[in-house]
Amino acid sequence: MPSSLLWAVDVFGRVYSLSTAAQQWDQCKEAQLEFKRVTAVQQCCWAIACDHQIYLNVHASDVPIRYKEETYENQRWNPVDGFSDRLLPSDRWQWSDMTGLKHQPLDSFQLPSENWEWEADWYVDENFGGEPTEKGGWTYAIDFPAAYTKDKKWNSCVRRRRWIRYRRYKACNTWAKVPSEQAGLPDPFNDISCGGWEISDEPRGQMSLWAVSLQGKVWFREDIHHLNPEGSSWVEVQVPGEVVQISCGAGDLVWAVLWEGQLLVREGIGRDCPKGSSWVVVESPSPEVGAIHVAVGVNVVWAVTKDHKVWFRRGINSHNPCGSGWIGMVGEMVMINVGLSDQVWGIGAEDRAIYMRQGVTANELSGKAWKALPSLRDSDRAHSSASATAPLLHGQADAPKPLIPKVTSDSFISELVSDRDRREGAVSTPIPEEDQGSEQDDKAPPALVLSHSPSCGPDPQWSNVDLEEAQTHLAVGAASDAAETSSLSSVATYNLGLEEPYGPDEHPLWAWVSGGGCAVDSHSQLSWFNSSAGDPAQTAAWRKQIFEQLSERSKREMDNFRHYEQTVWVKKGTMQWWRDWKPHKWVDVRFALEQYCGTDGSKEGILFIYYTFNEEKKYLHAFINEVTILVPVLSDSKHTFAIYTPERTKQRWPIRLAAESDSDTQCWCPGSLQLALLTMSCCDSRGVQGPPSKQAIWSVTCKGDIFVSEPSPSLEASPYPMFWHQIGGHLRTIECNSLGVVWGIGCDHTAWVYSGGYGESDNQYNANVHFTTDVKSVYIYENQRWNPVTGYTNRGLPTDRYMWSDASGLQECTKANTKPPSPHWTWVSDWTIDYNVSGGTDREGWQYAADFPASYHGSKTLKDFVRRRRWARKCKITTTGPWQEVPPIPLCDVTILPCMAQSKVEQVLLWAISNKGDVLCRLGVTPETPAGTSWLHVGTDQPFKSISIGGAHQVWAIARDGSAFYRGSVSQQNPAGDCWYHIPSPPRQKLKQVSVGRTSVYAVDDNGQSRNLHYLNVYVFTWALACINVNIIVLSLLLQVWIIADKVQGSHSLSCGTVCHRLGVQPMEPKGQSWDYGIGGGWDHITVRGNSLEAPTPHSPLPLRNPEGMNGNVVQS
Amino acid sequence: MQQAMADDKDVLRDVWFGRIPTCFTLYQDEITEREAEPFYLLLPRVSYLPLVTDKVRKHFQKVMKPDDVGEMWFEYEGTPLKWHYPIGLLFDLYASNTTLPWSIFVHFKNFPQQDLLHCPSNSVIEAHFMSSIKEADALKHKGAVVNEMQKKDHKQLWMGLQNDKFDQFWAMNRKLMEYPTEEGGFRYIPFRIYQVTSNRPFIQKLFRPVASDGCPHTLGDLLKEVFPAAIPQNDGQKKYQVMIHGIEPMLETPIQWLSEHLSYPDNFLHISIIPAPSD
Repeated sequence: MPSSLLWAVDVFGRVYSLSTAAQQWDQCKEAQLEFKRVTAVQQCCWAIACDHQIYLNVHASDVPIRYKEETYENQRWNPVDGFSDRLLPSDRWQWSDMTGLKHQPLDSFQLPSENWEWEADWYVDENFGGEPTEKGGWTYAIDFPAAYTKDKKWNSCVRRRRWIRYRRYKACNTWAKVPSEQAGLPDPFNDISCGGWEISDEPRGQMSLWAVSLQGKVWFREDIHHLNPEGSSWVEVQVPGEVVQISCGAGDLVWAVLWEGQLLVREGIGRDCPKGSSWVVVESPSPEVGAIHVAVGVNVVWAVTKDHKVWFRRGINSHNPCGSGWIGMVGEMVMINVGLSDQVWGIGAEDRAIYMRQGVTANELSGKAWKALPSLRDSDRAHSSASATAPLLHGQADAPKPLIPKVTSDSFISELVSDRDRREGAVSTPIPEEDQGSEQDDKAPPALVLSHSPSCGPDPQWSNVDLEEAQTHLAVGAASDAAETSSLSSVATYNLGLEEPYGPDEHPLWAWVSGGGCAVDSHSQLSWFNSSAGDPAQTAAWRKQIFEQLSERSKREMDNFRHYEQTVWVKKGTMQWWRDWKPHKWVDVRFALEQYCGTDGSKEGILFIYYTFNEEKKYLHAFINEVTILVPVLSDSKHTFAIYTPERTKQRWPIRLAAESDSDTQCWCPGSLQLALLTMSCCDSRGVQGPPSKQAIWSVTCKGDIFVSEPSPSLEASPYPMFWHQIGGHLRTIECNSLGVVWGIGCDHTAWVYSGGYGESDNQYNANVHFTTDVKSVYIYENQRWNPVTGYTNRGLPTDRYMWSDASGLQECTKANTKPPSPHWTWVSDWTIDYNVSGGTDREGWQYAADFPASYHGSKTLKDFVRRRRWARKCKITTTGPWQEVPPIPLCDVTILPCMAQSKVEQVLLWAISNKGDVLCRLGVTPETPAGTSWLHVGTDQPFKSISIGGAHQVWAIARDGSAFYRGSVSQQNPAGDCWYHIPSPPRQKLKQVSVGRTSVYAVDDNGQSRNLHYLNVYVFTWALACINVNIIVLSLLLQVWIIADKVQGSHSLSCGTVCHRLGVQPMEPKGQSWDYGIGGGWDHITVRGNSLEAPTPHSPLPLRNPEGMNGNVVQS
Repeated sequence: MQQAMADDKDVLRDVWFGRIPTCFTLYQDEITEREAEPFYLLLPRVSYLPLVTDKVRKHFQKVMKPDDVGEMWFEYEGTPLKWHYPIGLLFDLYASNTTLPWSIFVHFKNFPQQDLLHCPSNSVIEAHFMSSIKEADALKHKGAVVNEMQKKDHKQLWMGLQNDKFDQFWAMNRKLMEYPTEEGGFRYIPFRIYQVTSNRPFIQKLFRPVASDGCPHTLGDLLKEVFPAAIPQNDGQKKYQVMIHGIEPMLETPIQWLSEHLSYPDNFLHISIIPAPSD
């Protein structure tokens, strides 16, 4: 898991961040600013400084935030000048936006704030819908507005071209003041809360920022999204009272606290309305004591009342943002914050320490107990420093200047006190301060009593947030919670005179914490809690001695006796078997796996399956050394898998077995114990040991399982049968080269690098095997038919599809009965409407069509009688595998420079495309450090989707609009190259994926229905159709051309995801001759780019193999 | 720091994968049809005899009449071996400092009722194992951790031991080894001290990992309280060896660390105190 940050402000207004990977707080460097509030999300942190301005700290990323400004230059033809900027009076402006409605000359574009900079000057876009235009980038039409073409025709009367200029957000990793464009904001901000990023779809990265002003008004920052991190303007949101604090969750929850102690819940928040529509009042948890603070997450609401009691709101969900009731929790807090995955953070009322709620899971959102974060500071320095003025918190170079106003978390209340007091007089204070004070004095430690200061009296000024110089003489004995001095707040009147606020043994005193950017959950192993850095135990003599003795013991007792183990072993158990004859069904069987040592020391084994047929005991068996692949098969109730041997492959009938998932013995292990056992046995008998070789062929099945096969030197000549064994983890694509650098990308676009581990997939104590997760969406469709009486309803015709169905309409899929793909997956979200559907949707996600099934479109027309919308629900798998996450940029494609096995390179060229379409070049990738160090962003004019590096550093890429690009001048010394060359696509084809071998270039197009493979003649730059129905193409340096094809004719049916292999590819004939439809069924991705061992003898083209002779099928369930 | 943590995991691995080379010989009184060859096996130290001796039974059954095969039991130099003690403990207690392989006699008759418990099936071992874990957790966390686990978690501990799956076992056992940081250790250390010569099967007392002044207790502190004779006297004469998993940890070793790292899978520190070899 990549590290992320917990943000906090101490009572002196200093901002700190704590990385999940670190063991000490890091103070923000900008010491000249003191902050009173922070609200963090993963990519940035917002804050209110003591100057009441809002500041934004955007975390620097390898991919810069770039915004493309564009404008169109329009021209009309006249017989005198030809094309010129002399337009007709009725025409659009000479410079306009795309629609022509808005006047947009180049010099009208201004940087939105001083935190932006221009990347370069304006230039003309010469790419038109994926095709290169003539120099100048002009596109022609008969008139404005009309269809534009790149070719000038006899009737082309007007032309236009697009100008582009990029601006870049430059204020990263620093606190940048957010411009307040409205000079007349009525009063300063007092509270701020950021969230809402889960309301809309990821690519845009929209966020909500809510703020509360000192007068209790609520403001919403408009238009914050990934490319506009600062947002554009503040909009006031009417509230039925004076708000003191607000909290916005990652989803659609927004709660606020009213001055009077009630709570407000915002309703009507949605994708199209992030501001929501109305407020609902919820009473304070306790009738006598008002609420003072609220914190919301995705599905939770926590509140704190004025007596510091903590409350949890029951029954919150997306349909009921108000919840149903309060539950009192243990602990006394001054504030609470709900972070990612609804994890809860608090600041203790007593000790001002930060607490983390333990045991918060999706099933137990209220968690179990509070756990204080250790003080987490540099202990060595703290202890060794003789002087109390030594820096105690990391990075804290100088102590706060005296006489600077100090702000605390609770100051907003006091501000209100003072504010109201000034306006209405002290009488309006609900509880007399002095009474409360005296009552609590008994409990308060003597050190906390404020020394003769005006603040003890009713003078309202003492508690103003802007403590003036006059107040600095208020020396408080001890820096601690001063809540007892006021009924409403714990005002920070800490000792400002000391240079160093915290003594060597004191904890920092926290005022505010924000976990919105801190990705931890109840399973995280946080290094915060085992801060034994410099623990003398690590070097103690007793420890060393235990290590020595244990290794001596192993030598003594085991080394000379290893041969004892070489005997037969048998594992037995029960399973279920999918019966070979009709009616097919699962029958209970006993199995025995017998393994023995062959005379030559190799391990061999037989699997027996005993069943009863007509009350007669029978068995079937499989020799372990003949097994070509063991494939887990998805099933929502059983752990099933299929065993293939060459013979079984020919029959297209694997042995299908299932371990019951409800049995206690299996559910701990993904893929079941039996499968693990069999896999181990197969690897033993094949002599597969240790990590996969650098030459290994990696593949990913359509289920996301990862398989590896060791190529034989004669792979090209006779690639079958290959033995595939599974590697832990879950991926969507995989890429490798012959130096052992292997990268994969998960369904959730997380990048993973192979860590060199191997072995059992549940091996979390193996240093190279880690927990890996993946998240994907399951989709179902809601279908409706129109009738004249009631309009669209869920009452269809009798012949119609199910009103809740899968994409085909053939299977009924309701929200309730749809399960995750297998028992290994768990739901991590609720059903939500999916607006990202090809064809577009209306505001409610509906797509319309004349009838089922038909082509759907996003807006209703008169001819439409049916409509459907797609619902998505995310599910997550947690497995273990030899993969290390490469944070933080999510990827959609990756490619690694193929090289010959013997070649020595200092740096391995690796390019990738982020899921936003940015092209990235990875720096620092070597065989020793396959993860590399950082991304170098390679600028493009549009988002990209596929990339491939071939021999001699050729980098080819496909843009989202389907056009092909070649990157010039890429070399070992210049890994990012210098510029893009637009290569025309095959006529009328949009390309989808490209792969480059030693010299040849192949690409797959995507026409919606069919996908075809094209071969590029690199001498004349023209494409030729090579094959139809191809999904993925992979080339290696060795003139190997492998594809994953769909609709390949098998013996029983068309199989999808068939691995095929081009025959007859020769240096002089890079197009090859014919296809070998090799390994059938169920593959999603394969990479042969690691295999660079030349075959011993150059082979001649083989005759086309009989498709019946397929091997190593992946089963299609 | 990272390195050190990895090292501690190595200790867990070394402990788990400890094996004792053993030679099983059929006792001479057993009736066979032909001569029984000795059987050699590496016994996992942390396991229990009936869990790993299926092969031994099969080996000897081949040369015996079915009628002559009763419940199998083992004996070392006249001492019947209790199956409910972990194998490593049996070896440390009775056979430390002897030549390897460990030579064990196999019996199929004359079951010593007074010395041994019957072990009709693995479920008996499982029950014994789980009750030890529960007892240990009662000492460590007032039973809170083990009671919070689900049945499948308990099963995972047992299956991990039965199938010799280190990772499966430790994925769960790690929870049993947690403790509140501020307390510096468990409530009490689950330990048992065994002696060959004693009449009592073992010594077990309540012992806290941290002294009242906050100092961590060491193995020496424990022995001082429970078995002072095991501490070498001032004259330097070492009368006893204090063995855990075939090694002699230094008396300075913190008892909490030992409990976390050198406990058997049943979560007890099984400490053997044996007379020091005279040579």
